[in-house]
Amino acid sequence: MVTILQKKVLTPQTKLMVVAAPRVAKKAQPGQFVVLRIDQKGERIPLTIADFDREQGTVTIVFQEVGKSTFMLGELKEGDQIFDFVGPLGKPIEEKNFGQVVCVGGGVGIAPIYPKAQALKEQGNRVISIIGARSANLLFWEEEMKTVSDELWVATDDGSYGERGFVTQILERILEKNSIDLVVAVGPVVMMKMVSLLTKKYQTPTLVSLNPIMVDGTGMCGCCRVTVGGECKFTCVDGPVFDGHQVDFDELQARQRIYLEEEKRALEEWELKKAEEESHYATR
Amino acid sequence: MPRANFLGRPKMPGRSVADRTKDFDEVPLGLSPEQAIEEAQRCLQCRKPKCVKGCPVEIDIPAFIGLLAEGKLDQAIAKIKEKNSLPAICGRVCPQETQCEQECILGKKGEPVAIGYLERFLADYEREQGVKPPPSVSSQGKKVAVIGSGPAGLTCAGDLAKMGYAVTIFEALHAPGGVLVYGIPEFRLPKSIVLQEVDYVKSLGVELELSVVVGKTITLDDLRDEGFAAFFVGTGAGLPSFLNLPGENLNGIYSANEFLTRSNLMRAYRFPEYDTPIKIGRRVAVIGGGNVAMDSARTAIRLGAEEVCLVYRRTKKEMPARVEEVERAEEEGVNCIILTNPVRYQGDENGWITGIECIQMELGEPDESGRRRPIPIPGSEFVIPIDTVVVAIGQGPNPVFLDSVPGLKLNRWGYIESDPETGATSIPGVFAGGDIVTGAATVISAMGAGKKSARAIARYLQNSE
Repeated sequence: MVTILQKKVLTPQTKLMVVAAPRVAKKAQPGQFVVLRIDQKGERIPLTIADFDREQGTVTIVFQEVGKSTFMLGELKEGDQIFDFVGPLGKPIEEKNFGQVVCVGGGVGIAPIYPKAQALKEQGNRVISIIGARSANLLFWEEEMKTVSDELWVATDDGSYGERGFVTQILERILEKNSIDLVVAVGPVVMMKMVSLLTKKYQTPTLVSLNPIMVDGTGMCGCCRVTVGGECKFTCVDGPVFDGHQVDFDELQARQRIYLEEEKRALEEWELKKAEEESHYATR
Repeated sequence: MPRANFLGRPKMPGRSVADRTKDFDEVPLGLSPEQAIEEAQRCLQCRKPKCVKGCPVEIDIPAFIGLLAEGKLDQAIAKIKEKNSLPAICGRVCPQETQCEQECILGKKGEPVAIGYLERFLADYEREQGVKPPPSVSSQGKKVAVIGSGPAGLTCAGDLAKMGYAVTIFEALHAPGGVLVYGIPEFRLPKSIVLQEVDYVKSLGVELELSVVVGKTITLDDLRDEGFAAFFVGTGAGLPSFLNLPGENLNGIYSANEFLTRSNLMRAYRFPEYDTPIKIGRRVAVIGGGNVAMDSARTAIRLGAEEVCLVYRRTKKEMPARVEEVERAEEEGVNCIILTNPVRYQGDENGWITGIECIQMELGEPDESGRRRPIPIPGSEFVIPIDTVVVAIGQGPNPVFLDSVPGLKLNRWGYIESDPETGATSIPGVFAGGDIVTGAATVISAMGAGKKSARAIARYLQNSE
């Protein structure tokens, strides 16, 4: 059990929680993730560590509410407890001075790109960051990203904030004008795929952090297998960070859809149950 | 009047196929007290009992059977528990037919004493009465860390606690029991029984910390700094093998570990009450011929598959599964497709499995395992249309812990190299046993290794004073 110390609503769909997990915080490194479970009947949810504080013994998670489990997580309040919280899992990102790097965060991927940008900045890299979302109200952490970046660019699909369009068009401009030693991208699979296709053209080394479905998160089940450079890898123990030029993104995208029907059903039943409970209390 | 010794053993009462395949409840129901006592009376009480030699945890088998035959049930279970802290588990999942019962003299002319049934009977009897807390022992004042709460770790921890050591078990998952909870299905080993056996080990004074991945959350060196003076590594095999065939990452293909973990540990068979889903198609193929393959096939039937087949490259004779398990699976409708090996998987445009292309095999000369080597018959390829595949071909060593301990010597298969008599590894004070040393084996052999290591750890701690 871990206690939620702080909760923030970042966007209508995205929430942040700071939890007390001293052991996890002590060992956490940028790029790693945790697996949590909300209650006795809950599923194991992998979430990238968005920040950590070793002195305070806290770990920050940021999640998008997309299904029953993440909505339930979002309903928890400060002082509430998360049933299980295990980590840090996976391999951390390599922390070294590559030279000039671009960090790209799309949607909820802005959260996991932050500690990576921060670590790369601390290593003496010149960090150019690009963050993007569908619309202005889904953006967050612009200020946080500014503090760990030498340059920050913002894009929204609908042009409601920053530049209209995708992060890739900004990235292309940067690659065109600068010599970039490394690109790190975290976000939706399509975004990471487009970024990797683009950087391949410029032969710029690219790291992506993958988010397949997982169960245990410790290499035991193989649910999170991905094809990287023609070889089968387990994201949880071999990753989650891989060479973007080697990843089979189409396969990853198909595998993320395995339980679409079940996810829909679970969410609908939960919403129905919640509505019933609310009307029950309303009529009492 | 007691039955003559040469008569057969009692038949274990069990649930009918039609009844049991509808749910995940246990299949064998256990002997009645009359049946158990009568069976105990068949024991010859050999002066030099061979059965004990067949028991990896050294239970004094004639002694407990003798007590049972006299109706002294409490004393009989106490006798078992002198050596074995997990009798309700062993009575259910041990392959007694290749261990204690294989050595029984009565087996030479008739049927051996049903030692496993009797162990189970006594453990269940005790549980119904309410398990008595064991007497407390004086503390040795030394801390031992056990990594992994599977059968090896639980046994090692229990034995060390009985000797007065302060033991903490660290478990990576959110529930204790290791393979007993994530691997072996409810219908073969009810989870409530595992939990009760874990509670018994806790009642001996063992501490249990869940959701701690040693090697990630905390390292061996950290634990040393926290005052742990010796370590037992029982992390299990835990890295599923795949066939590495084209199309193996198609949707609908599971490792047996994932399939069983979803169903057992995460209770996906009760989705959506439990949040973890599992996909089960109309036609399911399980690849492999071991106990895990049987568990997977029988789970698939209970999850509602219409057709379940086992695809195995040798014949039934060479299957590593217990005969009893193969029989149960077949009774429940599992179709064994033998002398058949998958070549590649076929999928649709959305990335879902639709079939397995297989090739027929024939048996050649025996290989290093002593079993006849399967050889493909050229031109015999054919396709099995399938919706769900479970790959149950074994496991490799999980790297999470191993990678975190520099200097820990591994063997050529990547498992921990350890002394078979003590479990001692290349690092002083670090002992290992179970599947992380031997590769996937049985619950009882892991328990045997945990027991030997417990003794060796006690010796190590006494000598290091």
